[in-house]
Amino acid sequence: MPEDQSIAIDVRDAVKRYGDFTALKKISLSILDNEFFTLLGPSGCGKTTLLRMIAGFEDVTEGEIYLFGDEIENLPPHQRPVNTVFQNYALFPHMTVLENVAFGLEMRGNSRAQARTRAGEMLELVQLSQFAARKPSQLSGGQQQRVALARALAPQPKVLLLDEPLSALDLKLRKSMQLELKYLQRETGITFIFVTHDQEEALTMSDRIAVMSEGELQQLGAPRDIYERPHNKFVADFIGETNLLEVSVDNIINGRAICHLGGGHELTCNEVDGIGVGSKVHMSVRPERLFISDDPTEGGCLKGRVQENIFAGTDITTIINLADGPNFTVRTSNSERGNKRIFEPGNEVFVNMEMGAARLLAD
Amino acid sequence: MAKSKYDIKSYRGFGAMTLLCLVVLYAPLIVVTIYSFNASKSITVWEGLSLRWYVDVFSGPESAKFKLAAWNSFVIAIVASTISTAIATLAATAIVRGGKFRLRTVSVGLISLPLMVPEIVTAVATLIFFNYIGIERGLLTILLAHIAFCIPFAYLPIAARMQGIEDSYEQAAMDLYATKRQVFTRILLPLMAPGIISGYLLSFIVSLDDFIITNFVKGAGIETLPTAIFGAVKQGIKPNIMAISTMLLAVSVVMVTISYFVSKTDNTK
Repeated sequence: MPEDQSIAIDVRDAVKRYGDFTALKKISLSILDNEFFTLLGPSGCGKTTLLRMIAGFEDVTEGEIYLFGDEIENLPPHQRPVNTVFQNYALFPHMTVLENVAFGLEMRGNSRAQARTRAGEMLELVQLSQFAARKPSQLSGGQQQRVALARALAPQPKVLLLDEPLSALDLKLRKSMQLELKYLQRETGITFIFVTHDQEEALTMSDRIAVMSEGELQQLGAPRDIYERPHNKFVADFIGETNLLEVSVDNIINGRAICHLGGGHELTCNEVDGIGVGSKVHMSVRPERLFISDDPTEGGCLKGRVQENIFAGTDITTIINLADGPNFTVRTSNSERGNKRIFEPGNEVFVNMEMGAARLLAD
Repeated sequence: MAKSKYDIKSYRGFGAMTLLCLVVLYAPLIVVTIYSFNASKSITVWEGLSLRWYVDVFSGPESAKFKLAAWNSFVIAIVASTISTAIATLAATAIVRGGKFRLRTVSVGLISLPLMVPEIVTAVATLIFFNYIGIERGLLTILLAHIAFCIPFAYLPIAARMQGIEDSYEQAAMDLYATKRQVFTRILLPLMAPGIISGYLLSFIVSLDDFIITNFVKGAGIETLPTAIFGAVKQGIKPNIMAISTMLLAVSVVMVTISYFVSKTDNTK
């Protein structure tokens, strides 16, 4: 991220309590201008609460929220220059598509004619001009979604908030909308804050992702960062698929930690700050970073037996039992190149990996 | 359409039962309607088609009395249903959109309880109340009583409609820079309109044909249509009563029809 990028939304020590229940525990994060930022986490993690606090639908119990330097947490929603795309779109059912898109512009003091002209342009942007005179109920889910987007973008908000807007669409449409949203963000230059529980969606679209769980920020970073270098067990487990193993650290030599997996198996991985000799921690290895061979001299350090092969089109997932040890999931891409061998169930094999593929996690 | 054997129409006695219900419900109304066009002075002997009793209502010896009563009835119904609908709209907004406040259940109970209290009890209580605070009985007392007992009738369809409106519309409007007032006038009111019109028509009909409470709280010499009809019938049923009843029936049918079409026309489609 460039140094000169200004901060669009600055959340400082935000706490949200409902009676005895704390939905957000002191969250602080900065969202940059012109950034596609995603709040990712399972349901109940507080991501939607945080979004609604930025929009103004939820009071902030403690802490502050700044929008381009202005403190906004005490302003009512209609005085905040941010707009929201709601999960169920919330298109006004008694108004036409054009009236819906023009609504925010009119409320901001534009004349009806001005508002309609601008709304027409927005509908062109989302390719829905021919539906301007229809009522929302006459549109398909995907079209309603685009109307909601046009309506929220029309008043040119400083920040656009998107509350799981794609969750109601089918898979194909969702995929194409993901790309469309990303292009739209680049085209308009408006900061997007996107809420989702779908990690794949988050990885696909975001410049940066904040992973949340139980009202706490778990990790903040670029998609690649979060996927390759998860900070803790939750992030490793939630983002993508992984082999999560309990290990004990036997020794640390020259920045390398020798870890014991149980059953006499050992693995060497990079040292991580805060993890010393003797500690019992978790280790994460992505299935696609592992490979299988029947030749121990290839550097194969873990001996096991194939339990099952699962064919899933683009790749094949193999489950391997380590003798007296844990199971490993290995993913092999389904391509002719590299002459990959498929080992039948019952075969004795060696699981192999690049140095650095296995990561120790500070829980 | 293929007839399923589970179709309710295939149950034995379905046709007969339907016919019986229709006869019980509508035979009296049909008889009154037909005999209102009777040329005879008798209410039971048919002597041929005639409009004489309708003419009698408007220009006969009793016409002045009935015209005044009808005027009173319509003025009271219009004013009472307008005011009670306005109150009910505000009450529905507060109760449905007020979130979880203490006494919410109590409020809902209090506003709909009058529907279940025997009307005679309400009538007596209202009369005692007016006596107690010293308002002289007359048109005003009828109007006040009608406003009061019409509120629950107006409230029910409005609240039902409002419960079906998701609050995300209001949030979306606020998000799009609408003030509280604009949210109410631009979003909530148009979405509630079918409920409000239903509530208005329902309270209008209820006010128009109320007899018991009106009879208690009206002043001497002041009549609404139902009390005037009752007064006339006490001196023997004349065919002109049938003509008036038929016209009242027509008004009700028109109102119910409007109400039906209003509920059918969805302003969101």
